[in-house]
Amino acid sequence: QLSLFRLTVKTPFRTSHSSVDSKEMKKFQLLAHKWWDEEGEYSALHSMNDIRVPFIRDTLLSMGSNYHMGNPLSGVKILDVGCGGGLLSEPLGRLGASVTGIDPLEDNIRTADRHKSFDPVLAKRIQYKSSSLEEIVEESVETFDVIVASEVVEHVADLEMFIRCCSQVLKPEGSLFITTINRTQLSYALGIVVAEKIMGIVPEGTHEWEKFVPPEELEHLLESNGFSVKTMKGMLYNPLSSSWSWVESMSLNYAVHAVKSGAQGQSGPTDAPSETDIQQRSATAG
Amino acid sequence: SSAAMAAVRGRAVLAPLGPRFRPGPRTPLRSAASAAPPLYDVVVSGGGMVGSAMAAALGHDIHFHDKKIALLEAGPRKEYDHMPDTYSNRVSSISPGSATLLSSFGAWDHVCSLRLKPFQRMQVWDACSEALIIFEKDDLDDMGYIVENDVIMSALTKQLDAVADRVEVFYRSRAVGYTWPLPSHSCDTSPWVQIELADGRRLQTKLLIGADGHNSVVRKEAEIKNIEHQYDQSAVVATLHLSEATDNNVAWQRFLPTGPIALLPLSDTASSLVWSTSHEHASELLAMDEESFVDSINSAFWSNINHSDFIDTAGAIFRSAISFLKPSGTAVRQLPPSVAKVDPESRAMFPLGMGHATEYVQHRVALIGDAAHRVHPLAGQGVNLGFGDIACLAHHLSAAAFNGSDLGSLKHLLKFETERQRHNVSLIAATDVLKRLYSTRLAPLVLLRTWGLQVTNALPPVKVRI
Repeated sequence: QLSLFRLTVKTPFRTSHSSVDSKEMKKFQLLAHKWWDEEGEYSALHSMNDIRVPFIRDTLLSMGSNYHMGNPLSGVKILDVGCGGGLLSEPLGRLGASVTGIDPLEDNIRTADRHKSFDPVLAKRIQYKSSSLEEIVEESVETFDVIVASEVVEHVADLEMFIRCCSQVLKPEGSLFITTINRTQLSYALGIVVAEKIMGIVPEGTHEWEKFVPPEELEHLLESNGFSVKTMKGMLYNPLSSSWSWVESMSLNYAVHAVKSGAQGQSGPTDAPSETDIQQRSATAG
Repeated sequence: SSAAMAAVRGRAVLAPLGPRFRPGPRTPLRSAASAAPPLYDVVVSGGGMVGSAMAAALGHDIHFHDKKIALLEAGPRKEYDHMPDTYSNRVSSISPGSATLLSSFGAWDHVCSLRLKPFQRMQVWDACSEALIIFEKDDLDDMGYIVENDVIMSALTKQLDAVADRVEVFYRSRAVGYTWPLPSHSCDTSPWVQIELADGRRLQTKLLIGADGHNSVVRKEAEIKNIEHQYDQSAVVATLHLSEATDNNVAWQRFLPTGPIALLPLSDTASSLVWSTSHEHASELLAMDEESFVDSINSAFWSNINHSDFIDTAGAIFRSAISFLKPSGTAVRQLPPSVAKVDPESRAMFPLGMGHATEYVQHRVALIGDAAHRVHPLAGQGVNLGFGDIACLAHHLSAAAFNGSDLGSLKHLLKFETERQRHNVSLIAATDVLKRLYSTRLAPLVLLRTWGLQVTNALPPVKVRI
């Protein structure tokens, strides 16, 4: 049975597009119960916590002033976009943050809610909502200190609108963390052929190579929508040790930390989208 | 086809984690429980030296500041307001590494302010051949400390009291049942370990640490296989008074054919006895009058009855041979002190054995101390192995807490297991081999260990490793 998914949503910018792609939702529907099997289909995402959580934690600690013993992220409001079963929301919650996790797929939210319910501390710190990013924009303007969009932007229909919505719900000088996959020959060979079809590290059909996002494109979109990109670094998965590490090259997976400008205006150049940009975007939308 | 792909997964190369998740028909619990038992982040089962130190180490860890820890101890709370004048007969040889661990959460200061005896030298020799090995650090630092177990417990209790807001100690509380969670992906039942106490109270925990000794209930309930072997030996302990006051900063151990006898310094005039010998001889030693007991000890250290001319000559020849190569390695032999008196009530005996758990960890379970490994006292390592376990596990749990990880996750528990098994197995095996090697008068084996001991003494790098 198909879950409910929303194609047309109210947005302040465009009425006919949404960042949610219905085909993507169908793929995740089938695996909605498998999130918390550390050795199952999502094991690579579980191990990714070993580098993405310290990345987020240490970046915020170096920016922030007060440190609460035992709760390094205490007082920080985080939005986890595309939270899935809550794999990243839970560690952030354990570190003291108030986390709102949103995901368009209701079954994912149900799994996430059930999993956190057994831990009274997490149950209080994390709130899950079945929703797309656009739908919460109106009620959450400049609400969050941090947005994390991990392994999400390669699934969205309209990346620029996604980034604009992030900007709207982020407080000024708030942080945006993204992890995603580059669009290169290498990422096709390793990320799709090997990871999905041969080794089964990622469930088959999860990714479409055409929707992978090159870092230059992401950086450009961020800078032209009010963000200043602070850090970009490559990530590499070792299937034998089931572990991730930071690497120089961003030809496969990479992570980004960007900060929303503090002033009312935009921090980066506001270029009109070029011809190639428009063509690229319409090729990747829907 | 996805099953076929699963078989090809790189992860299949590594040891499968399947058996570490225990399936079992258990009562499912409802999640938003009205009557849910209190949930702890960590429960340590067993309030001896190792269990108490584990709870104290976590309680003082900065990343556990807001966590809830419980320590379950079957016995009553003991007050250690002041130490009696007489020494207790249960003492431990504490290595510098263990002292470092204890000082990391403020317990070593208490030990120092109570009482302890540092020693700078260890002399170990063979009754059959006089082959000798002397351990001492180049800078004449302390090699180790002889501390009464009660002193250590007093220091640990004090440091537990200091973090009572984080660590709850349950005295007179024996766990009678453990319920293990199902594998994590079946979401309908509680993911935590359920513990039932003898008085009917229930607890839940994200991680259960078994520090409940060599007959560990946690290990048995988790169905972790244990390789164990009862030695045909018991250890006799006693508190002894020396004939004359001396610096007493040397630990002595002589290997008799029946087993090693050790004299561990307590003060300038007192030493602690640990004599491993056959069960029959141990019972005799306990039964005999005090004078005969003292005579037996002195005779054990001084008598040459086990020598044979052949071995003596062979040993002497070998010694002169290697003195060519490494003149510094044939160090001066000191004479052990002689004993005058034994403390009246201090004689006791307990049986010896060895044990090693095949696994130290499972999903949400970890074993430390004697629950994981049990050794012969001849190496003076027992409690130090336990403290080493604590230092390693606390390090990994602290990092996991700082990463926001689920504390019971096998990922970091396996790292602890690998590190400690690598360290422990060789030491436990070597101790076992030494015990067997030294339990004989057969000339070839005596020669073997004689020459081995002499070579080891002469070669600095090997000694340092030990």
